Amino acid sequence: MLSDPAVALTVLVLSLFVGIEIIAKVPPLLHTPLMSGSNAISGITIVGALIAVTAENPTISTAFGFAAVVFAMINVVGGFLVTNRMLAMFRPKRDDK
Amino acid sequence: MSSLVPIAYLASAVLFIVGLKMLSSAKTAARGNALAASGMAVAIVTTLLRQGIMSWELVLAGVVLGSAIGAFAALRVQMTSMPEMVALLNGSGGVASALVAGAELLGYADRAQEPTGVVSTAIVLSTLIGGITLTGSLIAFLKLSERMPGQPITYPGQQVVNALIGIGVLVLCFLVATAPLELGPFWILVGVALLLGVLLVIPIGGADMPVVISLLNSYSGLAACATGFVLNNVGLVISGSLVGASGIILTKIMCDAMNRSLMNVLFGAFGAVQEGGGAGAGGEQGTVRGYTADDAAVIFSNARSCIIVPGYGMAVAQAQHAVRELADLLEQKGITTRFAIHPVAGRMPGHMNVLLAEADVPYEKLVEMDHINSEFPETDVALVLGANDVVNPSARSDKGSPIYGMPILDVDRAQHVFVVKRSMNPGFAGVQNPLFFNENTMMIFGDAKGTVLALVDAVREY
Repeated sequence: MLSDPAVALTVLVLSLFVGIEIIAKVPPLLHTPLMSGSNAISGITIVGALIAVTAENPTISTAFGFAAVVFAMINVVGGFLVTNRMLAMFRPKRDDK
Repeated sequence: MSSLVPIAYLASAVLFIVGLKMLSSAKTAARGNALAASGMAVAIVTTLLRQGIMSWELVLAGVVLGSAIGAFAALRVQMTSMPEMVALLNGSGGVASALVAGAELLGYADRAQEPTGVVSTAIVLSTLIGGITLTGSLIAFLKLSERMPGQPITYPGQQVVNALIGIGVLVLCFLVATAPLELGPFWILVGVALLLGVLLVIPIGGADMPVVISLLNSYSGLAACATGFVLNNVGLVISGSLVGASGIILTKIMCDAMNRSLMNVLFGAFGAVQEGGGAGAGGEQGTVRGYTADDAAVIFSNARSCIIVPGYGMAVAQAQHAVRELADLLEQKGITTRFAIHPVAGRMPGHMNVLLAEADVPYEKLVEMDHINSEFPETDVALVLGANDVVNPSARSDKGSPIYGMPILDVDRAQHVFVVKRSMNPGFAGVQNPLFFNENTMMIFGDAKGTVLALVDAVREY
């Protein structure tokens, strides 16, 4: 997709800065959901897992790919769901009901 | 079509960034999470479409199995066990990245095709970081769930052993990176990475687990990032580094809150830091005043403001709902009641907030340390529930104390301090707490839940 590793490195450094800028603004109130949510994002490795599991000749690398798909999906689904569950509990002051 | 693929990955990265940004406010956080999840869906669908999948069965089986396990765990887990859950999620993210890197390497070996230097280096990093993340997270999980003792596990010569392993790892990394198709060193690297995860986490005490989880969170992102270089996929690089950055920041916040350097947390147990524990415990401390819930109710009847300081002891006793009941009652009696949350209250960053939110405490009532400390002197009652070290005034004044310099909640400056505690046992750090002996401190001995319920009754009837 991109041939030059220097470009990927540039992207890496810039996104680290973006990440630090955004995340430093998250209040301590939400640090646990931040952690589980960002954890789910690290499940992006599912992309690699899906590529690996579909390698042409089924070898041990397909087995690796399969295991990677399972673990990455645990990470993605578990992470986003549990974050959603937590965030649903954070509600503002009850003044109406 | 193929030119659309990078655009789609970029779109998912943008959704992640915007989603994370929305996590900066409790109002938008849930939508932010949904947005990030949709970004993940975009990435997954794009990959499936572009691959022209060969073996649908396998993909489907893996996706269904992983999703089912993840969903089951996410819906069943108790909020008190969130640190364990996040530890396991970190572990699965890390191992998934390492497995992808391994699969790639085996694919290259299969085709007898030499990967470029960048790719083989990235394979090494992904394997190493992913492996450490997996076993490190498992050990953290075992310690957090108390299936393994929380004390640091040390043995003579530990530093030497770790140093030798460290050198061995560097040599192995070099071997694999320069001659990736020789699979022997690669398998040894896998084994050593797994071993290293164990060895790095066992000497870290249970109280320091918030730092460890934050760090492993960062590792799981960095492993994904390295995998991005293996696959030459910018989407992975962006997302991985976002997570890496997030983990780094949380690690720093946790270390600052304990006034310790990361090095000290990670390697402190190897040195002689442990000795401080006994020092404060023995000496004369003055007398402790034990009181009952009824005595406390008398004080509350004259109070106008109260700050509740919850610690992990409250969560262990499952007292959150009783505490919320007490807070509601105090508010009804016209006493302004808020919660002071220390950054390391609980077992992971922000854990206490989640526990109280679960008990239906509105989040406006949860105030962080820096914002509430100046208000203690004007507060009538500070109620400390199962917290100890984070309210220990010797952190402010006693240079000899092992926790000296740690930022604390200044409860001792309130007019009256109630401390609900099981016994006089010193806390996790093994440090005696002069707060308990202060003139204005009333100790109420008992378990947090029973005592809070007794307080509710006493205050209601008074």
